[in-house]
Amino acid sequence: MPALDPILQVRNLSVRFGRASVNAVNGVSFDLGAERLGVVGESGSGKSTVGRALMRLLPPVATVRADQLDFEGAPLLTRSERVMRGLRGNQLALIMQDPRYSLNPVLPVGKQVAEAATLHLKVGKKAAYARAAEMLSRVRIADVERTMALYPHQISGGMGQRVMIAMMLLAKPRLVIADEPTSALDVSVRGDVLRLLDEMVRENNSGLMLISHDIRMVAAFCERILVMYKGEVVETLTKLEDAQHPYTRGLIAAMPDPRKPVRRLQVLDRKAIDAAGVQP
Amino acid sequence: MNVSQTVPPRTKSFLSASRLGSGFGSAIAKLSREPLGMFGFIVLLLLVVIAIFAPLIAPYSPTAQNLSNVLKPPSWTHWAGTDEFGRDILSRLIFGTRITVQTVLAVTVIVGPLGMLIGIVAGFVGGRTDAILMRITDIVLSFPSLILALAFAAALGAGLETAIIAISLTGWPPIARLARAETLIVRNTDYVAAARLYGASPLRLLFRYIAPMCIPSVVVRLTMNMAGIILTAAALGFLGLGAQPPAPEWGAMISSGRKFMLDNWWVAVMPGIAILVTSLAFNLAGDALRDILDPRHARS
Amino acid sequence: MIEVSDLAVAFGQGDARRQVVKSVSFAVAKGETLGIVGESGCGKSTVLRSLAGLDRHWEGSISLAGKPVSKDRSREQLLLAQMVFQDPFSSIHPRHRIERVLVEPIQAMKRGGGWDKVGSALEQVGLPSSFAERFPHELSGGQRQRVAIARALMLEPDILLLDEPTSALDVSVQAEVLNLLSDLKETKQLTYVLVSHDLAVIAHMCDRVLVMKDGTFVDQLDKQDLQTGATHHAYSKQLFEASYL
Repeated sequence: MPALDPILQVRNLSVRFGRASVNAVNGVSFDLGAERLGVVGESGSGKSTVGRALMRLLPPVATVRADQLDFEGAPLLTRSERVMRGLRGNQLALIMQDPRYSLNPVLPVGKQVAEAATLHLKVGKKAAYARAAEMLSRVRIADVERTMALYPHQISGGMGQRVMIAMMLLAKPRLVIADEPTSALDVSVRGDVLRLLDEMVRENNSGLMLISHDIRMVAAFCERILVMYKGEVVETLTKLEDAQHPYTRGLIAAMPDPRKPVRRLQVLDRKAIDAAGVQP
Repeated sequence: MNVSQTVPPRTKSFLSASRLGSGFGSAIAKLSREPLGMFGFIVLLLLVVIAIFAPLIAPYSPTAQNLSNVLKPPSWTHWAGTDEFGRDILSRLIFGTRITVQTVLAVTVIVGPLGMLIGIVAGFVGGRTDAILMRITDIVLSFPSLILALAFAAALGAGLETAIIAISLTGWPPIARLARAETLIVRNTDYVAAARLYGASPLRLLFRYIAPMCIPSVVVRLTMNMAGIILTAAALGFLGLGAQPPAPEWGAMISSGRKFMLDNWWVAVMPGIAILVTSLAFNLAGDALRDILDPRHARS
Repeated sequence: MIEVSDLAVAFGQGDARRQVVKSVSFAVAKGETLGIVGESGCGKSTVLRSLAGLDRHWEGSISLAGKPVSKDRSREQLLLAQMVFQDPFSSIHPRHRIERVLVEPIQAMKRGGGWDKVGSALEQVGLPSSFAERFPHELSGGQRQRVAIARALMLEPDILLLDEPTSALDVSVQAEVLNLLSDLKETKQLTYVLVSHDLAVIAHMCDRVLVMKDGTFVDQLDKQDLQTGATHHAYSKQLFEASYL
């Protein structure tokens, strides 16, 4: 386990929305060191809610409870919104699914990255632009000068996600939460974006939490995988072959694989899954 | 195996009636979480009740003059005081609701369908039709409704009908623009594409697919507009171009009270309060309606 | 069943004119499933929409069931091919009940009321007939896509055009919908054209795959190629490698 010096310690995290009768996230516990942790599940399994709860970005109707939720040894839940604002982007970064929605459409991308630099690095305008340009070239954007003047709608999805990565990793955050960072992208650029993300995170010696519905991609990329179902972690895996829980097995079997053609795909047997419950 | 074979044929009208009932119930439930909107609706309901039962509610005749009792301040016998002819202001206000409700309803019934039709046709057909219809809309929109009403009153003679026609003629462009904007969005959705693929005719697309998507926002806009209609009607009355004396029109009442404003405030202020409360109620109700009908604006 | 020759599609005028599809030709046999794979903007959806009759900017010739079709389709020509869209949340009218959604094709084609067909239509896509009373927002994404498939089958077309039918769904739901499509194809002898960016889905479903890039087909793969991972073009190789990250 690389988690000798955990960046994030979560014990028994629960989230409930409004007066809903069930928890959206129920009793989730894990440690995260300077490693790559995957969180996998279907839509509605609570995987994104976990990410947002850690960032404290859930709407006010959500009640977040945890026995322990420590970021670098200090509790996260009790911090004021002002302190959290300082942490977000600086120590904690969130990369979302579609760069078209997470970038400001009326500002050139260079300006947005530079703004993040002024905000988090507390440097002057000139220095911020220089840092932004440096960062954008680090995420392998060719012709940085020209790209910085472009507006978000003028760049491709893959490039937009690279800009997001540059912006989010400027301040060398300790923890990066990537929520479906590649599902809005074309297949051929997904690999590049993931490798880039990995490279940057390793360089900073930070932790990465990769949230995705694609269990194979997560397995290829992460050291550990949390499998979530109905708000609970049903299984923690290091590789797919070890999967024991019927839900995890079902998810793997449901993916079509051209190398092993089948006439019908296997579908989830939800009764068996509910019967199996949670395996620690 | 088929439902409609085992169950006696369902009567569509009965079903839609029960569905309407359940829809209405859920609307009330949603409304109960919006106290301000509830207040708006209650005031409007009250207004309609008062308009219907005006002769039963009003303590005096709205036109009966009593020259020995002119310009009396509010008292127990005359709650809102009396005007320069000794008429009971409260009774006049109560009868005035009839004129107000009548104006609002008439204008809405003309403006809503007209604006919506122009808007969805322009948005759906597009091209030259769209350009022509929208330029007409722009022209009408740039006409101040009061000026147009003045022109109409001059041509047709002052009266409630003239006022209604004048307000309607200048009231449809915002509705048309709104309906067009909604239509442009709906026109490009996949469900309209699918409908084209199974051969739905343009009329079918307009009335079954596009119009139902425009109705909620149009209804909301109309409700908001009603406040404006009341104000315009009052302004026309104030200028003497609306309902003619001795009809108890609120705007006209303010106008006549203006002369005694400094010494006898109630003559002008009482109808002013009536106008304020009513248009406020329409605005509140419109806001609440938007929250109920339009999930896009839902508050979290 | 489908024959396309020299299909070219361009949007815009003058300088802004963009050639989205550059003179492609292909044929689909009866009962075959043809896949078209490519990245966003390669023109694959445009090909499908031209086949369906939604896009009218095309040149060349398209024949469905042996008969050439025009840009403006007659009712008879529309009956030949129906389409299933990508996003089940926007392809069903939000204010129509499911029964209304399902009878609309029949009524629009002036083929009677169609109310008696609702129950069996829902059953054939594996939904209880009680769903007829519901509104689309009361259904999950997978259930909506089933309704969309049922709607496309209401007019009993021979060809079903599938535009990324499962990319908005979860993997487990995707498996259910793909199985349903396979079963329907078998029982109704349908011909499919399936467009997707997901090579795994395409490979699972299709007998033959065309790889599309910048408006042209750069490669054609058969079932054997897909299983062994054989490719004939650098781009399809790249796509293959990216899909098995």
